[in-house]
Amino acid sequence: MDIWALLIIPLVVSVFIALVARKNEELSSYVSIGAVITGFFIVLPYVLKLPGDPNMHPIEQAFTWIDIPGLKVEMGTLIDPLSIIMLFIVTFVGSLIHIYSRGYMHGDPGYSRFFACLSLFIFAMLGIVLSNNLIMIYIFWELVGLASYLLIGYYYEKPSAADAAKKAFLVNRIGDFGFILGIFVIFYATGTFNFIEIEQHIAAGHVSSGTLTLAALLIFCGAVGKSAQFPLHVWLPDAMEGPTPVSALIHAATMVAAGVYMLARTSFLYAAAPDAMVVVAYIGGFTALMAALMALGQKDIKRIIAFSTLSSLGYMVLAIGVGGTGAGMFYLATHAFFKALLFLGAGSVIHACHSNDIWEMGRLYPKMKATAVTFILGSLAMVGMFPFSGFWSKDEILSATFESGNYFLFAMGVLTAFITAVFMSKLVAVTFFGEKKYHGHPHESPYVMTVPLMILAVFAVIAGFAGFPGLEPNFGSFIHTAASGLLEHGGRGVHAEHRFNFMVASLSTVVVLGGLVLGWTIYSRKGMKSDVMEEALPFTYKLLENRFYIDHIYDTYLVGWLYNGMARILNYIEVNIIINFVINGMAYFTRQTGKGLRLTTTGQLQNYAFVMVGGVLVLMIIFAAIF
Amino acid sequence: MEGFPVISAIIAAPLAAVIILLFLKDEMLWLVRAISVATTSFCLALSLYMLWAYDKGKGGYQFVERIEWVKSLGISYHVGVDGISIAMIVLTAFVIFTGVFVSWVGVKQRVREHYIFLLLLVAGVFGVFASLDLLFFYLFYELAVIPMYPLIGIWGSANREYATMKLTLYLSFGAVFALLGILSLYFVAGAQSGVYTFDMLAISKLTLEKGYQIKVFLPLLFGFGVLVPLAPFHSWSPIGHAAAPSAVSMLHAGVLMKLGAYGILRIAMGMLPEGAQFWMPYVAVLCLINIFYGGLVAMSRKDMKFMIGYSSSSHMGYVLLGLATLNYIGVNGAVLLMFAHGIMTALAFSLIGFVYDQSHTRMMYDFSGLAKKLPFVAIAFAIMGFASSGLPGLANFVAELMVFIGAFKDYPFQTVIAVFGIIVTATYMLRCLRDVFFREPQDRWDDLRDATTFVERLPFVVLIVVLFVVGFYPAILVDIINTGVVPLVDKINAVPHG
Amino acid sequence: MLTISHYLILSFILFSIGVAGVLLRRNIIIVLMSLELIFNSVNISLAAFSYYLQSLNGTIFVVFNITVAAAEVAIGLAILVSVYRTRKTVNVEDLDEMRY
Repeated sequence: MDIWALLIIPLVVSVFIALVARKNEELSSYVSIGAVITGFFIVLPYVLKLPGDPNMHPIEQAFTWIDIPGLKVEMGTLIDPLSIIMLFIVTFVGSLIHIYSRGYMHGDPGYSRFFACLSLFIFAMLGIVLSNNLIMIYIFWELVGLASYLLIGYYYEKPSAADAAKKAFLVNRIGDFGFILGIFVIFYATGTFNFIEIEQHIAAGHVSSGTLTLAALLIFCGAVGKSAQFPLHVWLPDAMEGPTPVSALIHAATMVAAGVYMLARTSFLYAAAPDAMVVVAYIGGFTALMAALMALGQKDIKRIIAFSTLSSLGYMVLAIGVGGTGAGMFYLATHAFFKALLFLGAGSVIHACHSNDIWEMGRLYPKMKATAVTFILGSLAMVGMFPFSGFWSKDEILSATFESGNYFLFAMGVLTAFITAVFMSKLVAVTFFGEKKYHGHPHESPYVMTVPLMILAVFAVIAGFAGFPGLEPNFGSFIHTAASGLLEHGGRGVHAEHRFNFMVASLSTVVVLGGLVLGWTIYSRKGMKSDVMEEALPFTYKLLENRFYIDHIYDTYLVGWLYNGMARILNYIEVNIIINFVINGMAYFTRQTGKGLRLTTTGQLQNYAFVMVGGVLVLMIIFAAIF
Repeated sequence: MEGFPVISAIIAAPLAAVIILLFLKDEMLWLVRAISVATTSFCLALSLYMLWAYDKGKGGYQFVERIEWVKSLGISYHVGVDGISIAMIVLTAFVIFTGVFVSWVGVKQRVREHYIFLLLLVAGVFGVFASLDLLFFYLFYELAVIPMYPLIGIWGSANREYATMKLTLYLSFGAVFALLGILSLYFVAGAQSGVYTFDMLAISKLTLEKGYQIKVFLPLLFGFGVLVPLAPFHSWSPIGHAAAPSAVSMLHAGVLMKLGAYGILRIAMGMLPEGAQFWMPYVAVLCLINIFYGGLVAMSRKDMKFMIGYSSSSHMGYVLLGLATLNYIGVNGAVLLMFAHGIMTALAFSLIGFVYDQSHTRMMYDFSGLAKKLPFVAIAFAIMGFASSGLPGLANFVAELMVFIGAFKDYPFQTVIAVFGIIVTATYMLRCLRDVFFREPQDRWDDLRDATTFVERLPFVVLIVVLFVVGFYPAILVDIINTGVVPLVDKINAVPHG
Repeated sequence: MLTISHYLILSFILFSIGVAGVLLRRNIIIVLMSLELIFNSVNISLAAFSYYLQSLNGTIFVVFNITVAAAEVAIGLAILVSVYRTRKTVNVEDLDEMRY
């Protein structure tokens, strides 16, 4: 029952704030923070039990939601190592972000609204994690979309925020379009939505491989939308329009992680559909590299981190695509810590400088030491420097890719790691060191903001040891249990979790070090006012700054020409052809005919009589002719 | 309440109120409104009672009343409800209940006559949903359609003469075909069984010849289809919505269009199973025009009422798709969607009407940043928009999901288009939300007032609560609708395919 | 020997004269009189058939017709008089108030 409480409390809190505590800002923030922390303490016992019981039997609780002949939909929860780890990340990182928000959002006119939406977000995300069936996951999937819409559009008076919110929702909708169709395919192939039952059906070989590939690809569309993979990645950078804690929440613990989590949840499906996995892996690898390149051309601190998230998500999807579900989830976990840390750190910087542009910061280190130190630790974790958490998790992904035998993807992954190291070192160098470029007097943020940073920093550093190869059972073995089978049918199709690959690890360390050195040497030079790359490689820089013009192409051609154009053409047909021509034309024709026939009404009695007699005569002739 | 004629009371209450209102003076505004509110609350209470008291285990038609009317012609006043009708009656009761409050705020002149026509109309609608006699079905159907003419013509806004004329012509035109089908059924069924009767139950027991079923299905489908509105006979509907006053738009889109779908379901499909098997696959194709074309036209409309109008015809496409599946899931979904869409669209028109009555424009580009000034309306509008775009937690999602699942089996291609239609809906709803309620507030709308009083807020709150309740706990309706759908679908599928 | 045909031919001639009168004459009184001619042509054929078929029905109709015609003439003339009083004309061509 405690599991249901996990779900109900944030919802109740959200409704409570919306209806009752709207005017009381203090109360709103406390109940909201209380809700997520309560959630954390509900989850904690499960987490603590996990190492002792890595092969725990999944716990399922469900009640019937819709029950008509041929269609039974349940609402249910599924507790297994996969969901427990995810619950832990969501509630833990979520708690810290809630606490941080109390400081960051201080004095904002929509304070209560903000916390109501945050609680709704947590509710929706926990729903995804707990779902035991596809319909339920889809429901909460959409609710996450709603919550993100509300939070990204939080400053709704700002046109850019209103646009970004709409864009995020709609782009996600396009992904969901595939997702729901995939759910239908699965339903008609297996007759159920329940994960465990679907897995049984697939394991029993009831489903043809073509159907499986189709279903896997369609469901992957959902993840492409929510986890912002190419070609639906465009909403994520724009989502920066929301307040910074929201960005942290979206990027680290919720929303984008949902896509990866869903892939992990349905990994049995992908394991049975190797063709789909290749697509997944390439999309992931491509996104990782593309986003890392785009990050090079950005100036906005939040945008740089946003693109790094895109890149990280690409990594995770790549991991799942090469069969390393455990590696992907491990990266998701460590990523949640360091990415939340980076965003909250960025928020702290923005809070101090009142600007997002890294070229208007510089030499902030002496002014805000706590933020700077934690931020640097986060960055090191992000680039995957030994022995920070990112190192272990990224290494697992790289070795999984390497061992899958796809060296092209492996090369892409390594290249991404290199570029990541370059732009992260640039970010740190330009923001905290280098030339002083800020205006006013930046100062360190209050404790309510820095303490969460420190806690996150600790985790960003040490979380990687959960996946330490020498530890048994380690992170990978939990996920392995979850991913390779909710039932005991062995790791069919799923690669056994990877061991530490010394060759890969040393290669990536060298590459990362190289990237860091390169970035640092370029960007820590004295007297630099703007990006040297802009002058050295203007064309490339322009291309990267404009994100390869993908957004532009979408906006102008797909949305502007195709979508709106089609609507306009149909509207033209409706108004001018159907209504004005056909329908009003018919009315016009009727009216004109009436006008013509009216002339026969002469008012002359004898005319009428004449016509009548004539008519009778004609009829008589006709009858005479017939009979 | 054993033995109390519940259905007759629901139908008679508005008629009785009409008679009382006829004898009141125009100045007695307070009394006029009080009577209308009392009547509609009474109807709502009774319909909810029916929802609660209907025996799901037993199923079939319940609360049946029957009085012979013209024995020689086989006409009788025969009413009763099954799961499908109950859902529709509850929908009607909610819409008219909230509609009375919306008119309270919105209608300022000839109030008494307005309520007279409104109640007359709603009595007809209740009658249609409860009738088990074809002739009474038709009489009530006309009673529901005719008051639209004065309601739009007198209290309407821009272009009302054109709109009301067009609407009445279209609907009468459709009704003629429906009547043709009904009379044909009467004579053919009578000739076959030897007993000429308009009794639906008696006729549906007969097994009519296949060729005949296929022939007579068409006028019924077309006649009721015009009201749905089935593309390409939809153009009366958006302009009708746009010109009508809020409460009338609510009834029109919320309930009247459902009459058409109900007619197709109850008469055409219910009595002509082989006709349904023959024709409904074509409907499954035609409804794509509704969904896709209607949706995209809605997207390029700048007038909010037109947008919702086209959106309605787009969403009725889902209802038709659900009916066309001819399986439990899809038909259940279609009926639930009729309910959900009725509530949602009533909410939409009441909100737009509320803004329009103050601003005298409905053009999206005239507005921006209203959320600052009208937070309550903005939230309600957002809920409506999300309901319309099928967001979980609201009633439409469940219904659309069921329609899609039901349709995916036989019509995967249509389902893909239909699911895409949801994205289109989300696009125009969010665009409208952004353009009207978000972005910078303008000075010119400083005088707009939010819904603050009880009378202003009540309709919005009631409709939103219904959307949420059904969205969170669909079983409350689905279980009861299912009792009506199962025998109907069984009957259709009992006949051999082909 | 007079056969039924003779009566019918007479009736037809009277009928045709009546129709011609109704259609061609402009004076409304003549039109009215022609109308009576049509009536009576019908009466003749009715009477003839009555005799021919040895059935009283035709005779009854004739009597009935004469009665109705009498009443009709009375009303017709009354209308005519009032038309003449208001319009000062008996020419049917001038009486086109119902024109489009």
